[in-house]
Amino acid sequence: MKPSAFAYHRPGSVDEAIGLLHDLGDGAKVLAGGQSLIPMLALRLAVFDDLIDIGGIPELSGVQRRGDLLRVGATTTEAAVETDPDVLACCPLLARCTPYVGHFQIRNRGTVGGSIAHADPAAEYPAVALALDATLELASPSGTRTVGARDFFDGLWSTTMAADEMLVATSFPIWSGRCGFGFEEFARRHGDFAIAGAAVAVELDDDDRVRRAAIGLIGLGSTPERGTAAEAEAVGTRGGEIDAKALGALAMGGLSAVPTDLHGSAEFRLRIGATMVARAWTTAISEATGD
Amino acid sequence: MTELPIELRINGQVRHAQVEPRITLADFLRDTCRLTGTHLGCEHGVCGACTVLLDGAAVRACLVLAVQADGAEVTTIEGLAAPDGELSPVQAAFRDCHGLQCGFCTPGFVMSVTAFLRDHPKPTDPQIREALSGNLCRCTGYQGIVRAVHQAADAQPAREQT
Repeated sequence: MKPSAFAYHRPGSVDEAIGLLHDLGDGAKVLAGGQSLIPMLALRLAVFDDLIDIGGIPELSGVQRRGDLLRVGATTTEAAVETDPDVLACCPLLARCTPYVGHFQIRNRGTVGGSIAHADPAAEYPAVALALDATLELASPSGTRTVGARDFFDGLWSTTMAADEMLVATSFPIWSGRCGFGFEEFARRHGDFAIAGAAVAVELDDDDRVRRAAIGLIGLGSTPERGTAAEAEAVGTRGGEIDAKALGALAMGGLSAVPTDLHGSAEFRLRIGATMVARAWTTAISEATGD
Repeated sequence: MTELPIELRINGQVRHAQVEPRITLADFLRDTCRLTGTHLGCEHGVCGACTVLLDGAAVRACLVLAVQADGAEVTTIEGLAAPDGELSPVQAAFRDCHGLQCGFCTPGFVMSVTAFLRDHPKPTDPQIREALSGNLCRCTGYQGIVRAVHQAADAQPAREQT
């Protein structure tokens, strides 16, 4: 199918973009890399009167280290993130989940901000942003505000952004110290949306006890989710004394909106999810302990 | 809807056109430029048949609007062979290794592989298979395609030395 008709705008600055977003109202949508939006237009799952293409705004692209945060501009492509030395050094989880985002042809166009704003619960970046408590910079005609990832995702393809707000950048906290990271997902075919997946970050103290644990879950709800119960259980315990399999099962606790569809039942997804957490946890712990 | 002017370079030739914003780069190439070697399968970014090079990067032409390609350099399957018709190393390898049968998906595969081998001149077998995962073929069973990528990769160093 083909997209229905719309008017196209290509602003050269953020101010111009949010001005357009405000003036054009509900029928307008921001277009970044288009790797989710254009399929939705083609399938006519979404129809807009106006598209505001932010691909020509230079200030929106690029990765910068700012203190203990790694700030990733909204239109930074997934391909750029995959090979960016700052991303590799400061936010390994972001680097490691990237090869799972679509296929390389998709990553050449797709953007970090686009993926997060699209808020697909089966996508990688929203779950990593949630796991790491990233902060999102939102611009609107009334100014810029930041919101935590925890308060950003509120449903399938839905966020708490107002109609005249635009995601400008995502800042990922840089974990330092004895840290380890793991990312695992299971899909029918590499690059497809995951049946379930997990992003794990862990920090150990000098006594090998877990100081911080973050578990992001993919494809296990209507939004990306956190394995909160498992995180709480792990903190304070020695890394070597934690049974990864049991922790994986614990991470599945409290998930109330696990999807059932042609690709698998909720029960199947929970089993896969528990295994993905266990594997990612094992990788993260062994990296943190230096094994 | 208002048509917008675009200018782009396709296979080395500059083209000016007026396009409706909703027209994808794939439809623009096929319908306006009559470059029908770029095939359309799914039209929503899954099959990879419409892959072209946009400023050198392999992209799905069905997921790029023609207006977004304004000012860009596009290479399609028609732009790969030499002017005298000699096939590119990737095209020749697909022919040699039976990397195609009906041929519908082939332009997309060839464009993807052309970009992949430029960026990964000495790929491993798993890298090749991962790189091919974004293109669907319903005839070959893929083994001939994988062999073709190996052959094209092996042919590269000789070319670089000349």
